[in-house]
Amino acid sequence: MGRQVLLIEDEPNIIEAIRFILSRDGWDVKTHSNGVDAVDAVRARMPDVIILDVMLPGKSGFDILTEIRGDAALAQMPVLMLTARGQTKDREMAERAGASHYMTKPFSNAEILETVRQLVVT
Amino acid sequence: MPTLNMLVLVCLLYVVLLFLVAFAADRAALRGRGKWLRSPIVYTLSLSIYCTAWTFYGAVGFAARSGLEFVTIYLGPTLVMIGWWWVLRKMVRVGQAQRITSIADLISSRYGKSNTLAVFVTLLAVVGTTPYIALQLQSVTLSFAAFAETGPDTAQAMSRQATAFWLALGLALFTILFGTRNLDANERHHGVVMAIALEAVVKLFALLAVGVFVVWGLAGGVSETLARIDASEIAEWNVSGSRWIGLTALSAAAFLCLPRMFQVMVVENENEDHLRTAAWAFPAYLMLMSLFVVPIAAVGLDLLPKSTNPDLFVLSLPLAEGREGLAILSFLGGFSSATSMVIVAAIALSTMVSNHIVMPIWLNMTGGNAVISGDVRQVALLARRLSIAGIVFLGYLYFQISGGGTALAKIGLVSFAGVAQFLPAMIGGLFWRGATRTGALAGLLIGSVVWLYSLFLPSFGASMVLSEDIMQNGLLGLSWLRPQALFGAEGMDPLVHAVMWSMLLNTSGFILFSLLSFPKPIERLQGAQFVNVYDHSPTTGGWTGGLAQTEDLLIMAQRIMGGSQAQSFFARAAERQGIGGYLPEPSPDFLQALERELSGSVGGAAAHAMVGQIVGGASVSVEDLMAVADETAQIMEYSNRLEAKSTELTRTARQLREANEKLTQLSRQKDAFLSQVSHELRTPMTSIRAFSEILRDSDALKPAESSKYASVIHDEAIRLTRLLDDLLDLSVLESGQVSLNVQTGTLGDLLDRAAASAAGGSGDLEIRRKRGDEDIVLSTDLDRLAQVFINLIANARKYCDANKPSLTISTRVAGDTLLVDFIDNGTGIPTDKQGVIFEKFSRIGDTKAGGAGLGLAICREIMARLGGQVTYLPGQGGAAFRVILPLQERLAAQ
Amino acid sequence: MSTEPGPVFVERRTYRRRRLVDAARLLPVLGVALICLPLLWISDTGTTTSTTYAMIYFFGLWVALVVVTGLLAKYLKEGTDLRAEDDNGSSSGPPGEA
Repeated sequence: MGRQVLLIEDEPNIIEAIRFILSRDGWDVKTHSNGVDAVDAVRARMPDVIILDVMLPGKSGFDILTEIRGDAALAQMPVLMLTARGQTKDREMAERAGASHYMTKPFSNAEILETVRQLVVT
Repeated sequence: MPTLNMLVLVCLLYVVLLFLVAFAADRAALRGRGKWLRSPIVYTLSLSIYCTAWTFYGAVGFAARSGLEFVTIYLGPTLVMIGWWWVLRKMVRVGQAQRITSIADLISSRYGKSNTLAVFVTLLAVVGTTPYIALQLQSVTLSFAAFAETGPDTAQAMSRQATAFWLALGLALFTILFGTRNLDANERHHGVVMAIALEAVVKLFALLAVGVFVVWGLAGGVSETLARIDASEIAEWNVSGSRWIGLTALSAAAFLCLPRMFQVMVVENENEDHLRTAAWAFPAYLMLMSLFVVPIAAVGLDLLPKSTNPDLFVLSLPLAEGREGLAILSFLGGFSSATSMVIVAAIALSTMVSNHIVMPIWLNMTGGNAVISGDVRQVALLARRLSIAGIVFLGYLYFQISGGGTALAKIGLVSFAGVAQFLPAMIGGLFWRGATRTGALAGLLIGSVVWLYSLFLPSFGASMVLSEDIMQNGLLGLSWLRPQALFGAEGMDPLVHAVMWSMLLNTSGFILFSLLSFPKPIERLQGAQFVNVYDHSPTTGGWTGGLAQTEDLLIMAQRIMGGSQAQSFFARAAERQGIGGYLPEPSPDFLQALERELSGSVGGAAAHAMVGQIVGGASVSVEDLMAVADETAQIMEYSNRLEAKSTELTRTARQLREANEKLTQLSRQKDAFLSQVSHELRTPMTSIRAFSEILRDSDALKPAESSKYASVIHDEAIRLTRLLDDLLDLSVLESGQVSLNVQTGTLGDLLDRAAASAAGGSGDLEIRRKRGDEDIVLSTDLDRLAQVFINLIANARKYCDANKPSLTISTRVAGDTLLVDFIDNGTGIPTDKQGVIFEKFSRIGDTKAGGAGLGLAICREIMARLGGQVTYLPGQGGAAFRVILPLQERLAAQ
Repeated sequence: MSTEPGPVFVERRTYRRRRLVDAARLLPVLGVALICLPLLWISDTGTTTSTTYAMIYFFGLWVALVVVTGLLAKYLKEGTDLRAEDDNGSSSGPPGEA
């Protein structure tokens, strides 16, 4: 059971917060801050779980997700989508694109921890 | 005594003058100049071709023989003119509206564009007019002879033939030259009309001159003239009542129906308003022409030897008294009368022959190739020219055959009676919706047969065509079929007799057959259009362009109307339909307009046929529609109204759709904005929540970590607040509800303030200014302006990526505008982003701390409210923003 | 084509115009009558009329007709829209013209 998380997010404060929470729980947190080469980073690191923000510079989170799901090697990787938009249609879009789970910001720290733990198990 | 040669010379000079006038008028018309061409006086004078050589010379002869009876020839037209409101007005209106090119066109067009009718009318017109042309030739040759002093012996007879021949040739040439320059869509011949007007003046002047000479020169004053009249053979006022009324009516009818009169009255009419002037001016002209006739006749009878031909009194009297100049003038008057008649008659008849006989035949022969083979225009022109030559030649032939005797003089009235047969069909067609083609044909046939039998054929002289036997005992020995005593009407003057019977039977046949027959749909449409021409009833039906190939139509139209004219017509039609280019939709309206345009060149029936060839016989479908409907005109009008309503509905629907689209767009924009705002708000919230949870839940935090996280929360809270402030500010600015606080201050002070506010915080930005330029007094909302400056300076501090960031603030005044430039020494903003930076939430590059992306948007709104603007200045190396502020108080406050 | 009868009372100008049009219509009728009048002078009994008398009559009539027509034409022009009336006198032009 691997403990590597790839966090694809551009806001430094949020990176800091998530990194703190997860690494305190024993996770190895790697970050990537822009969308253009995010998929390459995924392929390079092959993490156990991905936390993907929707609003990224360069490429939108949905596009990245579709690409990941399109790649045979990565199709099964669990992806948690984070977004600042909370409408129903965003949730549906995320599910259609293939997100394993979907959370809106701001989130509860406990919830993030719980979700990440569960995603790795399944 | 002026020699024949001198006379010929004068003639030739006069003809040259006419040529010049015609040429000049044509040129002026082509250039579009020449208001004088369109004056009502020219129109009135052109009507004078009614007074031909027969009336110039013959009136005096007529008067010498029968006293005042000649006046009927002029009284008829006078009555028609003063009654212009009744008939003429409608004729001219219909002629304009339907683009009628001749009387045959009018009648055929009214009765469903029937070519049969057109051909019939044309033939009748030619038969009726040919002798009249011969009469003109005879008059001129006689007048030549009068000068030659010797009687009509063989030598003179020879030269008389020659004169007639040369005259005919010259007339044909003149007419061809000026009557067929090109195919004017309206069939207007400005040059000819001008020449005619000139001739009208000449002949009036000549006659008046002779009259004045006779009354004051010969007779010695008015009272003496009256005394002479009383003493002469024509002293008694004694006319036959039936002849008086008959002749007046006949001349009125002829005035309306003569092809040449129709040509100048209706076809050449430029402006319906001219009728108003002609209504009184032309009767005045006629009155002046007839004023001196009786005096001349009486004096001539008195002074000249008995053997003198009274027809030539106007010449003989001056000649006898040795007034050669006057005689030549008089001769010119007669010459003018003769030539003007022949020219216009030739034009009118050739138009009819070419449009209704030649072109249809040619179309038939070329089958469906009207579009491809040959140039229709050329053929039409050639047909015209040949017809002109043919008609003039026919006249000449008639003149030869008839020997030019006195028999010719009666032909004038016979000709009138012939063309009068058109009257029932024409007047009925103009005023009676129930007139049908069958009725018109029947009436015309009956009338012309009666006319031929009882007047025309007998006029050739006894036993020329109709044998003596028939004259005495009637056709087949039936006494009620005697040519001059039909149905037992004995003892009548042959002319009146013939006119009475022919008109009576014509009209009765017309009415009867019209009542009995059922008109075709297109006749009823035309009927409605003609009779109701004052109602502007929109043209309905005619064509449906289901099968029409607009391009084929364009090809054909170009051949007929000429390339540029056709193209501009089509282009205009396409524009009206809202389509670009040269090919409009073949809608019924367009096809009908096209047909009318073409009919100017090739005649109504031919245009109808040509459009029909291409449209593929769609007139059938119109008839099908009509057959179902009952009152066709009403139904068409109803459907027109419906169509108008539905077009309005479509327009409304379109407008609604557009509004809906705009609203959708706006709501989409609003959604985008809202989700953007939501994102911007949630992001700092996330940090705040996350870190505050961390602080709450973790007890084993190092103090450095705790204070760091606490400051993050603090910063993000501030960022959030700033964002909310900016949003509020922006919203207030955009809604225009901002109230401006106008103060006065110097630019320098303002910049100091701004630099101080913006300088707080990290990064040292060197600011370069020229204080000397900044000594400008501003009167505006200084706080807001400062806000803009602060924003720009802060941006430079945040985003300038040079090693030693420096910002140059330069000030300039241009006219009454202040320009302040903020230029940093960084790399500037890439070209593709330059348009976007002023939008809300746009940020270049990575999100740096602090900026929500609203700063420049707010600056833009503020500057707009202050009456200026802020723009990006490209090409300065670094990022450069220019603030433009008018120095006068022009604030866009609400 | 409007078949409703127009208003019964119209303004003075329109009324005048209508009467002018009536005059224009009646004039030729009058002309015909006057032209045929001299026929009555011809009687089988002794009294004859001279041509000069008839001449003066006709030319005087002619001048009178010309002048009256001219005046009518002039007055009809003022405020005219020839299209506003048709032969029946019922106005089918713009509604205000009724």
